[in-house]
Amino acid sequence: MSASHISVQHEDFEPGAETAGLGEGRTDVGAVASFVGYVRDANDGSGVFAMTLEHYPGMTERALGEIVEQARARWSLLGVRVIHRVGRLVPGDRIVFVAVAASHRGEAFAACEFIMDYLKTRAPFWKREETPDGARWVDARESDDLAAAKWSDAKGRH
Amino acid sequence: MNIRILYFAALRESLGVSAEDFPLPDGVGSVDGVRACLVSRGGNWEKLSAPSVKAAVNQCMAAGGAPVRPGDEVAFFPPVTGG
Repeated sequence: MSASHISVQHEDFEPGAETAGLGEGRTDVGAVASFVGYVRDANDGSGVFAMTLEHYPGMTERALGEIVEQARARWSLLGVRVIHRVGRLVPGDRIVFVAVAASHRGEAFAACEFIMDYLKTRAPFWKREETPDGARWVDARESDDLAAAKWSDAKGRH
Repeated sequence: MNIRILYFAALRESLGVSAEDFPLPDGVGSVDGVRACLVSRGGNWEKLSAPSVKAAVNQCMAAGGAPVRPGDEVAFFPPVTGG
């Protein structure tokens, strides 16, 4: 079992290199599942020029670490990488990256989705969008709470 | 003895404060107790009474009944919207 890698950063990241890094130099990895989130140019019916991500330094890293530990307790994982950007981003920019290495695809897919669902509802990040009508804070979505809640259902286990 | 209180995102903006040192009054020892003290300031501080406002104690999500002791770092913020 390799260490988990968690980073909160202003800089962009390279998904290919991050994904490849999980399987590099080892022969026990059978599957790597990854997710990349991007800034969209529209949200809630209006255009978005840019968004600024605020976070709670210290708690953010701690919350992401706890989410990854929960995933590792739930599935047998061989490596995890989580990167979340902060600061001002524009449409098309990468914003978040999650990759999970495991022996088999089921664990990799499930753990990757679990980490994203929990990140959305438990990690202290906030988005402020710049739109043609001015700046606005993004509201939390009920669908994100429902996505996270499905993992507390025993049927969600793999 | 003081606690440190932090505010984030829309809440920080409407309060016009990002952090303060707050003397913990006698008899106040929970997140809800601190919240009630702040709400009693009136005006925009009443926004803290909204159930949607979340709290953390020492950088861990905390429910209203969670204990608060001198030296703790308490944060209030809107629901998170990362990812």
